[in-house]
Amino acid sequence: MSGNRTIKVTGTLLLLITVMALVGPWINPNDYMTMDLDRILRSPSAAGMHWFGTDGLGRDLFVRTMHGIRVTMLVAIVASLVSLVIGVAYGAIAGFVGGRVDAVMMRLVDTLYALPFIFFVILLMVAFERNFLLIFVAIGAINWLDMARIVRGQTLSLREREFVEAARLTGVSAARIIFRHIAPNLMGIVIVYVTLTIPQAILVESFLSFLGLGVQEPQTSLGALVDAGVNQMERAAFTLLIPATLLAAILMCFNFLGDGLRDYFDARHSQ
Amino acid sequence: MLRYTLLRIVGAIPTLLLVIVLAFLMVHAAPGGPFDDERALPPEIEANIAAAYHLDEPLPKQLLRYMGGLLQGDLGPSYRYRDYSVNELIGVGFPYSLRIGASAMALALLVGVGAGTIAALRQGTLLDRVVMGFSMIGISIPVLVVAPVLVLLLAVKLHWLPAGWSETGGLRHYLLPVITLALPQIAYIARLTRASMIDVLSRDFIRTAYAQGLGTATVVRVHALKPAMLPVLSYMGPAIAAILTGSVVVEEIFGIPGLGQFFIGGALNRDYTLVLGIVVFYATLIIALNLLVDILYGVIDPRVRYR
Amino acid sequence: MSLLDVTGLTIRYGDDTVVAGVDLYVERGESVGLVGESGSGKSQSALAILGLLPKNARVEGSIEFDGQQILGESEESLNTIRARRIGMVFQDPMQALNPYLRIGAQLEQIILSHGLAERDEARRRATEMLAKVGLPDPERQSRAYPHQLSGGMRQRVMLASALIAEPDLLIADEPTTALDVTVQAQILDLLEDIRDNTALLLITHDLGVVAGYCEHMIVLERGRVVDAGPTTSLFAAPGHAHTRTLIAAAPRVDRGGAPAPVSASTILSVGDAAVDYDELHAVIDVSFAVRKGETVAVVGESGSGKSSLVRAVLGLVPMAAGRVVYSGETLDGPVETRSLGGRRDLQLVFQDPVSALNPQMRVQTIVEESLLVHEPALGAAERRASVVAMLEKVGLEEKFLRRFPHELSGGQAQRVAIARALILDPKILICDEAVAALDGTVRAQVLDLLRGVQQESGLSIIFISHDLAVVRSISHRVLVMYMGRLVEAADNERLFARPAHPYTQALIKSVPVPDPVVAPGRAPLLGEVPSLLNPPSGCVFHPRCPRADAACSDTTPALRDLGGTRVACHHPGD
Repeated sequence: MSGNRTIKVTGTLLLLITVMALVGPWINPNDYMTMDLDRILRSPSAAGMHWFGTDGLGRDLFVRTMHGIRVTMLVAIVASLVSLVIGVAYGAIAGFVGGRVDAVMMRLVDTLYALPFIFFVILLMVAFERNFLLIFVAIGAINWLDMARIVRGQTLSLREREFVEAARLTGVSAARIIFRHIAPNLMGIVIVYVTLTIPQAILVESFLSFLGLGVQEPQTSLGALVDAGVNQMERAAFTLLIPATLLAAILMCFNFLGDGLRDYFDARHSQ
Repeated sequence: MLRYTLLRIVGAIPTLLLVIVLAFLMVHAAPGGPFDDERALPPEIEANIAAAYHLDEPLPKQLLRYMGGLLQGDLGPSYRYRDYSVNELIGVGFPYSLRIGASAMALALLVGVGAGTIAALRQGTLLDRVVMGFSMIGISIPVLVVAPVLVLLLAVKLHWLPAGWSETGGLRHYLLPVITLALPQIAYIARLTRASMIDVLSRDFIRTAYAQGLGTATVVRVHALKPAMLPVLSYMGPAIAAILTGSVVVEEIFGIPGLGQFFIGGALNRDYTLVLGIVVFYATLIIALNLLVDILYGVIDPRVRYR
Repeated sequence: MSLLDVTGLTIRYGDDTVVAGVDLYVERGESVGLVGESGSGKSQSALAILGLLPKNARVEGSIEFDGQQILGESEESLNTIRARRIGMVFQDPMQALNPYLRIGAQLEQIILSHGLAERDEARRRATEMLAKVGLPDPERQSRAYPHQLSGGMRQRVMLASALIAEPDLLIADEPTTALDVTVQAQILDLLEDIRDNTALLLITHDLGVVAGYCEHMIVLERGRVVDAGPTTSLFAAPGHAHTRTLIAAAPRVDRGGAPAPVSASTILSVGDAAVDYDELHAVIDVSFAVRKGETVAVVGESGSGKSSLVRAVLGLVPMAAGRVVYSGETLDGPVETRSLGGRRDLQLVFQDPVSALNPQMRVQTIVEESLLVHEPALGAAERRASVVAMLEKVGLEEKFLRRFPHELSGGQAQRVAIARALILDPKILICDEAVAALDGTVRAQVLDLLRGVQQESGLSIIFISHDLAVVRSISHRVLVMYMGRLVEAADNERLFARPAHPYTQALIKSVPVPDPVVAPGRAPLLGEVPSLLNPPSGCVFHPRCPRADAACSDTTPALRDLGGTRVACHHPGD
């Protein structure tokens, strides 16, 4: 598949899933937290509008799944934005200032890199009582390292590029050099890495929720739904397969989208 | 080379210290003590317990005491498993985790490097696209989806392999956990190998080797393999971390009594010393393995070594 | 029967034909030069002979080697010809040798792969070959990695690898283009000495190399052969207009020279300039002056400090010592701290126009950007008008305004870079290897452009170059640098006609002259430029100098005025 078509196909799919997650609960009469012990583990059907069936507590799985997607996507996007802001600022400062400042800043990144972060996140979740907001921060705090490294490397090489020297010589201000010469040339790679950070954030969130350390009942996310599905899978396989498929589909779309965007920017760069 | 190795070892020490201090402070910053949710204890007893675990001392002193223990390889007592030290608990759980983790890593390297190399040499063919398609799927589907789906399919529906865990079950019980754990790494390593091999094969010195009349097999073996493995080697650090993370999920799903189970159990039960001990243990392991990778990198790339 | 007989060679990538019906042949033992500018298809043709083109290339025609058709042969049968019958040398040995493998092992592998000998014998032959190409201490050096060798030594290893299986034909693709000129002379000598009866197909853009070393030459233009024949007769009477253009565009170090300076008033003076990068002394105590309307050339090989010198003058790198005075104003500190007026008057043109232009900006934005700073009062329409006028001056039409850099050819991009530098109407233009990346014909046009601008506006030019022939054609005065020091400074005519420093003399002698009548001498210098981190004692040139004596390794010679030339040498003279 060519870069451009990958972008279009995966972009459209993600848009569809998002719209479905936003609109779904609104057009389905059920809600995500009402339990009904008379309708436990019903298979998907049009009866009672349980399109995805019901879970072990008789809650409607369609609406719960849509809620799960919302939570998963929200966590991932916010976490990616956190890592974007920290990573770009950190990397750009290190790369642009250079010298000793850069050396110290990157030494810190190297050190943090060697940490088993996921275990620290679990520590955090334990220590701070599974605070939902904390998930964003924790995940963002993991993922900014890659972004910082990439932005710093790119900034460093751009700063040495001769068109920046030419601008300095003619008296162009530092602000204009940053915003007109360096930033536009960073844009492509930043977009690609944000796209690739989102699935990583989704992975971490679903991992935590799966272990029962993430979102708390009655709230849910795709990882929490998979966890619930695992417990019911011998009696009702759909409770596992539906959220698992959606989770995999979303992750795959983001990964393919990131790859497609990278090809696109690479091609444009080498023209 | 010796200088390079020593520099790397010295460089790893601050990282290790940072990990220990950070983990220690995080655990002790947690609101509520480890014994809060037990029936209200008389204050004297509570004070006794606190004194027994040195919780009445100021934090810096506790930290120093902990570090002193670490120097002797002692991770302290567990808060929950009252009769066991953290060392003993790790000694019980780690062999399981090590067995599935190391097997998964070996499997991932073998299959991943092989598939990636073949895809690179057959770039653009159907085979290449199939390998790459599968590896993208492998990267995208997390362990927590792969594991239960494989159990559902191969164990629950087809009864080919056992679903649960049995101490006496033998090799068959390891098969599914190891494959599950290895799959995403196989996928990632295959993609990495392919990209890196394609990059190396496009370099000028490969063209020189072809111009010298060396056959493709010789060119790959003598000239391309070493440099193409460098990115894979760099990925070993993150891969080890990913396998440790994944093993937590795998142990949970397959009911393997490994270190991951202890960790999650400890986390849910607020067994702070156990959780802290496992984090420190894993961090040390990861840092040591990263160190090994760094040194190996120097062995392969002469330009790094002499810098 | 010719050794190599190529007829109707055509190479296509999709709809793009890069080589269209090329005929060429090489007789046993003879040397043939394949000449052309970039995009002429010379390298593509060479790669096609050994079947080394990328898979998506479609090749037609006939390639007969020693009577055997080898076009379309299987890899297995080509592998019996590669190295064993036809050896190949590539341009950049840093890229063309495997950086992860000891050089001895790279040579041994060739012998082993062709089944010429067992491992011990292979090792012996590899060491022997390394000795033959002039590697000192080959036993030990065979255990070195390519990055541990100098550029010249690396190319010797490359040559050893091409000749180790004793082929009948050697194809050398720009074998000396990546090397310094004194080293180039050594490698060309070696190539002559070592090749015995091996026929040579030499691919090059440099007419000097062809004139000096090839019996026959073939001229390519855009994938077609436009001229072919004995080198002497083609130079004497080119058959095709393109050959004439190429010859006319090739500057000669042995004749010509610019007229005397037009003015005596000094506009820029640099005193005792020094540049350090940590422990490395890149420039040491260099003083010179630039007069109004003159072109001062700074020449030297890699590591001579010529680029660092002008970068320090401009404030792009910090100056460790010394002063710069421009029109009575002292310029010091980084460029950002200097007065706008001073910055405006000194502008720079870079070597690589591609990296010198922001890929995300259109030509108009690139050229007008400095006007926003220096002429804030100008309206958009006025700015546009002055950009259009400037582009016209450098020979570009208005339609280029909306183009992006990647839509420009190398020559066009360099014109845009010159336009950007000139739009502020500077008094001094600094050209840092500004024509080094350009083809000969384009280079001639850009040099003409610079001369024209200078005559029109009285611009002073500091022209940094490694190419002495170009320097002779454009400059009024010349500064010669070696390892960060100024070793000689004189007027153009004096310097080229009667160089006083042994290094200057060697430098001039090393340049191949694009004229087969002028026989190339032996390489005048041995060795290569030492590491700047560990410079020789006394006169830094003494380890390579034919006149060196005890005094030279002892004391550093000061720059002395010798009537018409300033020389830093204990034993100057003709």
